[in-house]
Amino acid sequence: MPPIVKVENLQKTYDGGFEALKGVSLEIEEGEIIALLGPNGAGKTTLISALCGITGPTGGRAEVGGHDIITSYRKAREMIGLVPQEVALEPFEKVINTVKFSRGLFGKQRDDALIERVLRQLSLWDKRNSRIRELSGGMKRRVLIAKALCHEPRVLFLDEPTAGVDVELRRDMWQIVDGLRREGVTIILTTHYIEEAEAIADRIAVINKGEILLVEDKAALMTRMGRKTLRIDLRDPVDKVPDALAEYDLDLSDDGHSLSYHYDTRGEGTGITRLLQALSAEGLSLRDIQTTQSSLEEIFVSMIQESAA
Amino acid sequence: MNFPAIRAIYKYEMARFFRTLMESLLSPVISTSLYFVVFGAAIGSRISEVEGVAYGAFIVPGLIMLSVMTQAISNASFGIYFPKFIDTIFEILSAPINFFEIVIGYVGAAATKALLIGLVILATAHFFVDIEIQHPVAMLTFLVLTCLSFSLFGFIIGIWAENFQQLQLIPLLVITPLVFLGGSFYSISMLPPVWQTISLFNPIVYLMSGFRWSFFGQADVSVGLSLLAIALFTAICLGVIWWIFKTGYRIKS
Ligand SMILES: Nc1ncnc2c1ncn2[C@@H]1O[C@H](COP(=O)(O)OP(=O)(O)OP(=O)(O)O)[C@@H](O)[C@H]1O
Ligand SMILES: [Mg+2]
Repeated sequence: MPPIVKVENLQKTYDGGFEALKGVSLEIEEGEIIALLGPNGAGKTTLISALCGITGPTGGRAEVGGHDIITSYRKAREMIGLVPQEVALEPFEKVINTVKFSRGLFGKQRDDALIERVLRQLSLWDKRNSRIRELSGGMKRRVLIAKALCHEPRVLFLDEPTAGVDVELRRDMWQIVDGLRREGVTIILTTHYIEEAEAIADRIAVINKGEILLVEDKAALMTRMGRKTLRIDLRDPVDKVPDALAEYDLDLSDDGHSLSYHYDTRGEGTGITRLLQALSAEGLSLRDIQTTQSSLEEIFVSMIQESAA
Repeated sequence: MNFPAIRAIYKYEMARFFRTLMESLLSPVISTSLYFVVFGAAIGSRISEVEGVAYGAFIVPGLIMLSVMTQAISNASFGIYFPKFIDTIFEILSAPINFFEIVIGYVGAAATKALLIGLVILATAHFFVDIEIQHPVAMLTFLVLTCLSFSLFGFIIGIWAENFQQLQLIPLLVITPLVFLGGSFYSISMLPPVWQTISLFNPIVYLMSGFRWSFFGQADVSVGLSLLAIALFTAICLGVIWWIFKTGYRIKS
């Protein structure tokens, strides 16, 4: 199956000469959820804006559903829904009218049942006749989501949908994303919450300074980059790591009560068996052992640092 | 054509108008009434007649034009400036619509509002003076064309403007003087010859002349020339708007 979103060497240089996208290439499969991670100013919003027609790319090309975003912009945009990063809504308009407006704008015939379903799903139905300015910040964000969903997009861009929202909305969001995934909607999500990407994305793309550093399957990324740590709690504390264990590069912590061993799951052998044998040969008795895997966040931070170096 | 989109924009804009219906209609009605009191009653009592028409009636087309032009410009410019100002323009830009559909929606709504206001002023004028419209179809045609072309012009101003002051600037600095100097309240033939020639460079003279002809059957310039002037003005505005959307001027970064 051809990718539903295909970005080829997309470039954006803003009027002031700032190069926000330096030739981004990316392919997104239909039905997948891809999380775009990157620090502030990495170019996430610029990439989304270029794909949605809000800003004109200055080089390269892109397709959505096989339609070029410039030459067949109508067909391409009909498939796209966008929840922008910044809340932008007309303050004096009623919730239901602004949602209906969006549906019309995307060329869809009136469908009151669908609008009701979307508003109910977002717990906005009771507020349908309120004016936007009477809503709380989180509710406004829900309205933005409703506006994007009401024209039944096949590709949904969520630009930091959960920034500054409460736990409940975040959970609702994840549920909605899950429902959309089951309907086969492709979702491109930017977020600064790594646990969010970890929880809902199939693939992770990391972008920094206008360049994609990597795109990878989330699970594969975590095992590939995932370093594990084995923590060994000792029954009796030691002053220093015994010389015989030097080759394992252990960290001593907790007043000499515990040793940490870092290993790579990619390696041939992890060295754990030998380490444990060496420990007992040294006469150290163990109280407890546990392993932890580094989170996406640690992976992500180390990657950004590497690229900066 | 994306008709649902045109309808959506048009309805949305009209809803804004009806939300503030009283304010929208009240101010043009009041200011027109004031003009009647000042020009019609106070000054008109001394002028009595212009080209065989009672002065009170003579100024009616001018008053309608003045309101219709300013309203068309301010409605259309605000209609597109506001989404730019509050950033909701992103939705218009990301929708599957072309510039022509956007313009029909916004300009259509602004022109409708201006037309309604023009008709309300005409009705108000009836309270003050007797007027008979000799060519009602031509009158409506001129009125509709003026609403449309000045809404197009307003749309351009709304896109060009980067703040509220600029939004007010063109109507105040350009339109109002041109309307006053364009024979709204007098006949061009009343001016000294030099000023008559200069006036011919004022596009509003052509509109005014044609519009007044539809009321009283007299014109400063030929009716065909008047129509041509409106058509030309409309075409120029459309051309500028086409260029704006092609280049993304002041709407896309
Ligand atoms: N309209 C603009 N004109 C000039 N530069 C811009 C414009 N919009 C964004 N930029 C610059 O482009 C770069 C990328 O911005 P962008 O908004 O895409 O970042 P982002 O990854 O979305 O960041 P964040 O996580 O803060 O939302 C930034 O350096 C920003 O200053
Ligand atoms: Mg952003």
